[in-house]
Amino acid sequence: MQIKPVLTALRRHKAGTVLVVLQIALTLAIVCNAMFILHARLSHLSEPTGVDEANLFVIANQWAGEQKSKQEIDAQVRADLIALQQLPGVLDAAPSNSYPLRGSGWDNFVGLKPDQLQPTSDAAVYLGDEHLLRALGVKLVAGRNFRADEIGTLGLREEVHPAQVIVTRALAERLYPHGSALGKPLYSMSATPSTIIGIVDRLQTQSVDDWQRAYAYQSMIWPLRLDWPSGLYYIVRARPGQLAAAMREAPKALLALDSQRIIDPSDGGSFAQIRQRAYDSDRGTAILMGIISAVLLVITAAGIVGLTSFWVGQRRKQIGVRRALGARQRDILSYFLTENLLISLGGVLLGVVLAVSMNVWLVVRMGAQPMSPLYLAAGVLLLLLLGQGAVLAPAMKASRVPPVEATRSV
Amino acid sequence: MFGYYFQLGMRSLRRNPVLTALMVIAIGFGVAASMITYSVFRAVSGDPIPEKSAVLFTPQVDSWGPQQNIHGEPPYALNYVDALALLRAHQAKRQTLLYAVWLSAQPTGEQSLPRGADGYAVTADFFPMFDVPFLYGSGWSAAEDDGRAADVVLSEEFNQRQFGGADSVGREVVLGGRAYRVVGVTRHWNPRPRFFAASGSTSGFKDPTDFYIPFSRAVDLKLDTAGNNSCRGNPSFNGYDGWLQSNCVWVTPWVELDNAADVARYRRFLEGYAADQQRAGRFAWAPNVRLRDVMQWLDYRQMVPPESKIALVVALGFFVICMVNTIGLLLAKFMRRAGEIGVRRALGAPRKQIYAQYLVEAASVGAAGGLLGLMLTALGISGVGILFRPQIARLAHLDLSLVGLCLVLAVLATLVAAFYPAWRAAQVQPAWQLKSH
Repeated sequence: MQIKPVLTALRRHKAGTVLVVLQIALTLAIVCNAMFILHARLSHLSEPTGVDEANLFVIANQWAGEQKSKQEIDAQVRADLIALQQLPGVLDAAPSNSYPLRGSGWDNFVGLKPDQLQPTSDAAVYLGDEHLLRALGVKLVAGRNFRADEIGTLGLREEVHPAQVIVTRALAERLYPHGSALGKPLYSMSATPSTIIGIVDRLQTQSVDDWQRAYAYQSMIWPLRLDWPSGLYYIVRARPGQLAAAMREAPKALLALDSQRIIDPSDGGSFAQIRQRAYDSDRGTAILMGIISAVLLVITAAGIVGLTSFWVGQRRKQIGVRRALGARQRDILSYFLTENLLISLGGVLLGVVLAVSMNVWLVVRMGAQPMSPLYLAAGVLLLLLLGQGAVLAPAMKASRVPPVEATRSV
Repeated sequence: MFGYYFQLGMRSLRRNPVLTALMVIAIGFGVAASMITYSVFRAVSGDPIPEKSAVLFTPQVDSWGPQQNIHGEPPYALNYVDALALLRAHQAKRQTLLYAVWLSAQPTGEQSLPRGADGYAVTADFFPMFDVPFLYGSGWSAAEDDGRAADVVLSEEFNQRQFGGADSVGREVVLGGRAYRVVGVTRHWNPRPRFFAASGSTSGFKDPTDFYIPFSRAVDLKLDTAGNNSCRGNPSFNGYDGWLQSNCVWVTPWVELDNAADVARYRRFLEGYAADQQRAGRFAWAPNVRLRDVMQWLDYRQMVPPESKIALVVALGFFVICMVNTIGLLLAKFMRRAGEIGVRRALGAPRKQIYAQYLVEAASVGAAGGLLGLMLTALGISGVGILFRPQIARLAHLDLSLVGLCLVLAVLATLVAAFYPAWRAAQVQPAWQLKSH
């Protein structure tokens, strides 16, 4: 295909050419970044937590009335747990201070030495008893579970550092990248060590906010029952297929034992609800980016169709002359396709620069992640194809201009 | 003349319905996307207390030291010891300490079960400092702070729940199993973001607070914080009293300083305080203090949810593309009528008139786009819950200023977009066009 005549013709349509180039460039910049954000958010949505999500629910139990003593609270917690475990639809139940994806919660620095100033890492702290692993449905991959006699209690603002701790595989590998962490010590803001007695496959942290991403899946479980005056969470795992029934019965059973409590409906709930809450903004952002990208591509395509139709209309006479001089329909068609390809190439070149600058700006100002070049490549290909697709209809129309057009004036 | 040009414009727009529809849709979508995301951004990034945001400051003192502080910045809050020292020094016109508390509220009337209530433990100055409006009664006095009085100020919403909205001043309310005397009921007051206590991106957009109790009373009752608590090193305390003396930060201080001289003086006081601690051996590092006002604090703590900013940026980019698209389409549309323009020019119409005619035509396209945008915006805002977290989504609303902005933006942007195409149209050479006829 002869590129020179196309370029010469384009020089006569500077304004239109510049506009299409600009539009393609801006579209590429926005769509690449939007798709990158969308993909990152979608991949958050499908992240597993490691727990038996289908059968799990969480009761946010707060103590009402006058502040009870630690002993009174502990007795009540143990009675509650027995009541929950005896419900027909319940497989197991355990006390805890939090649950995965709660949104915020307790995390501790962890290190390998008692007086380490710069911690090795950060980890979510889950308290629980010997039932917690089964209640969550997490898989123990090494070592053992807590024994009942190892479970201690934690009163208001007490600093207790247990002798045994169970950690996730992610935390074990961060602390001891070479070799097994089992039986080794960790120091969690304490001068006394906790020995790693068990490793679980996977247990997500309490927050999945961006600042916590570096510590994803780094959790540890301490053998402690939380006896704070404010309250605690009951992690309850229903028998398969009995989640709804168990969720109905559990609060009733607890209130029947002692009505001086508040079961917070806006906290806890089924794991589906918890997951929904945790990823609300991710899902929303993904939808918004999807809508904007789709509409943008349609508008850009429509703009190319509009402008090319106008050019075809303007050049009917020239097309007629070319046809009369022996150009085939194919030649006319490929002329417009080539013209669009050249413009689009200019557009994507500028667009790549814009897309990268926009990404850099998002990284610097908003703490976003740097974009992989794959998105740029996909975006470039997409826009080139879009341009060719959009120009096809007007170009076909042009190719059907009869040679006799050359003899007509206007 | 305007009316005639408007008619001409309408006729021309009807002649290419597809091209016209394309422009209207592009403008409509562009405006709507910008307006929807702007309505959210406006709601979350505004000044929560415009009358006083410049005179309210939150002091920070580095009690953790260079090894353990937040990349050189002092911790976000104060430990109890430092907080109390700043309060007692009384170096500002007004000062308060506060922390979030959660208490159960005893059922009243037909309620049968206790309910949870969110509140703040604050000092007397809290109410005048933050211009908290009162429906009944007032806050408490500094003397009652010192006396650790069992006073409580209820919010309008909580008073409605507990007392059916009646004037409850002087009555008793049982919180956390203990009786408090109601001294005041605030009018609805919920500055957003909740600058004085928020700690993360959504915690600043919660429902109104239920109650306020004296800070001294709350500490006496060993009420734990329901907000953030952050410690460093190897904390070794055992129980509430040990926690009060520890390096754990959980108390938020605010001071009111009326002018630059007061601010400078208070800053010197803070540095002096930190230097004293260094001399006394409590801090093993040089003074490292901050004194940020409300807007600086919101910015530093990134209280505007980042997703609302990213959404706005992307939507504005989208709008720019829609306008570039409109320029191209207007150019195509106007230049198609070069012959017509040639005739008008030959018959004596000056360039100015051609200009006017095409700008009027563009403005009517813009207005139509604005109307479509308005409809899409209304639709989008009602469905904004899909896009943003519920706490944030419900802040977005369509008001008169947004409607006005939407229409003005659509028309103005289209006019700007039409400048170049209209100029090209006005440049048409009459002789050229007439020759080929």
